[in-house]
Amino acid sequence: MNNQPRNFWRRMEGLFDTPFGQALNPWYHLGAILYFLFWIVVVSGIYLYIFYRTGVNEAYQTVESLTHDQPYAGGVMRSLHRYASDGMVVAMLLHLLRNFIFGRYSGFRWFSWVTGVLLVWLVYICGINGYWMVWDRLAQFVAVATTEWFDWLPLFSQPLARNFLFQSNVSDRFINMLSFTHIFIPLLLFLFMWVHTKRMNHAETNPPRSLAIGTLLALLALSLIKPALSHAQADLSLVPAALQLDWFYLAPYPLIYSWSPGAVWALVGGATLLLLAVPWLLKPRARAPVAEVHLDNCNGCERCFNDCPYSAIMMQPRNDGRQHALQPVVDPKLCASCGICVGACPSSMPFRSSELVSGIELPDKLLAALRTEADRALDELQGEARVMVFGCDCAFDVRGLRSEGVAVLSLPCIGMLPPAFIDYVLRDARADGVLIAGCRECDCQYRLGIHWTEQRLARGREPKLRQRVPLQRIETCWAGPQDERQARAALSLLRERIAHLPRASFADEGEQEHENH
Amino acid sequence: MKPLNYLGQGLAYTLFAVVLGYFSTSPEYLHISPGQALVKLSFTHAAQRKGACRERTGEELAKLKPNMRVQKDCPRERADVVVELEMDGKQLYHVVLPPPGLAHDGAASIYRRLQVPAGTHRFVARLKDKVEGDFDFVRNETVTLAAGHVLVIDFKADVPGAPGFMFKN
Repeated sequence: MNNQPRNFWRRMEGLFDTPFGQALNPWYHLGAILYFLFWIVVVSGIYLYIFYRTGVNEAYQTVESLTHDQPYAGGVMRSLHRYASDGMVVAMLLHLLRNFIFGRYSGFRWFSWVTGVLLVWLVYICGINGYWMVWDRLAQFVAVATTEWFDWLPLFSQPLARNFLFQSNVSDRFINMLSFTHIFIPLLLFLFMWVHTKRMNHAETNPPRSLAIGTLLALLALSLIKPALSHAQADLSLVPAALQLDWFYLAPYPLIYSWSPGAVWALVGGATLLLLAVPWLLKPRARAPVAEVHLDNCNGCERCFNDCPYSAIMMQPRNDGRQHALQPVVDPKLCASCGICVGACPSSMPFRSSELVSGIELPDKLLAALRTEADRALDELQGEARVMVFGCDCAFDVRGLRSEGVAVLSLPCIGMLPPAFIDYVLRDARADGVLIAGCRECDCQYRLGIHWTEQRLARGREPKLRQRVPLQRIETCWAGPQDERQARAALSLLRERIAHLPRASFADEGEQEHENH
Repeated sequence: MKPLNYLGQGLAYTLFAVVLGYFSTSPEYLHISPGQALVKLSFTHAAQRKGACRERTGEELAKLKPNMRVQKDCPRERADVVVELEMDGKQLYHVVLPPPGLAHDGAASIYRRLQVPAGTHRFVARLKDKVEGDFDFVRNETVTLAAGHVLVIDFKADVPGAPGFMFKN
């Protein structure tokens, strides 16, 4: 895909780094924000439902009463319900667009993409259904337009719109049915949201607390400044003339009249089919080979199973006769070829004098080949403050940092780096420092690469960085492809720091540091 | 965190709220122009059979299974329903509705919105539901339509005493 839209999008997202910081940049948490907005809609909806009466007149009257008789509670809840629903549309469409621009739709991601497209429909059905429940002029317009739109389809023996010819056609039971569907469809929506994120291991369904608080405060302020209001009560003998449409949900409705119902079906149906077909229409030509298990070097420790971001690894009973109970099995359809499992494997030990084969490997990025590459690069290092840079193919291109005193090695994802490799590089003073570079924080192409790397370096997750490795010789840099300045600054910082450290016997430094801790 | 960061975050949240607040009600959509009213012509009607029923002969009845021996043999296919609506002497709408169904024996339906200027108008609605001949049902009605009001023209053939078009506004 053309890189221009991606670069533009990254620059736009980068603008939010300054006020929020990378970790809290809302663009990296759109999915989690969607979940949060959904919960606001659910909680406010439950409050509204306590007071809502399912009669033709009562429906309108109770919503009016909530709005005007208890503006401090019911009015705020109603407004929160509307604005959080609108926010869901905004966050959902941006989430979809962002994943499209970054090419996150094909291969192992097809399932999330397709269920995501179906979720768009469900969110819209929920929102439009909600507008019917007020039974004001806007609800009347939406009800009549929806039935007129559906009548274009050759499905019904009688036009559905005939149900709204006369006021007497609308009964309490109809409103009752609306309120039932407004519970049933959101439940279905939640089920689909669960299915959508089910394949993600450790899916982020809660945004960082400060983002959640900020979003809630913004919606609360909006609810107080501009409360959601009803139109006049529905009257089927009149045509709703001037309407304050909620354009987030109802934007296609005017097109039913300015184009035709058939044209709107063509637009909506065509867009849906096109989006559903995207994973196959825009499928990359070549796919990297998936991870392979080497049972001779696997003890069934389950670390690869725990760390895989896409649940592509399952643990099954051992079939090679060895004493270990379980063995990992890779599902090729789910494997992202990110190598995070390699980084998690305790057998990924470059110190081995025998043939280096890990318990799980990427066939096109064998650990032995990476060690050879690292050895060659380390041998060429010269000068003071020599640095080995481990980079990520999806982040800033670390090859641009290569120089006399800087060697680079790029991996499919920084999560593929076994901490023992850092130990290996620094031991015997083959390099004076290690720079670890990956995607922007919270924007890892494979979701968990940075997260696991940070935890392994902090010695909080297996495989842990050994205590003897001095942390002052390690620098991390989470930089996107456009963040060259940030990457260079991190490298300079590291080189400046290690220039003051004595070369050799880093084991002593590490042990000293450990004692200080 | 610096105050400027908080200010930046505040601006971002404000932008989010302003976008939500504005597009949740604006810009206003004018569904029908001022001075216009709406005529909704809508009904469901099963037209007459295309052919006449005939009596089966004794020989024909004997050939049928006992449970199928019905005296009358009626063709299933129905005629088209032809509808015309005239306003102030000019044809507003004309349609031929074929009977739905595989055997073309279903009731034809119509739902049609027609935007007209508000004011007093003389409407003539006509319907034919047989193969030959002129319109079976004709109704003249002068209606005063206020702006933004809906006139529903329905049709019912089974209303005792007054089958035909009904004007309701």
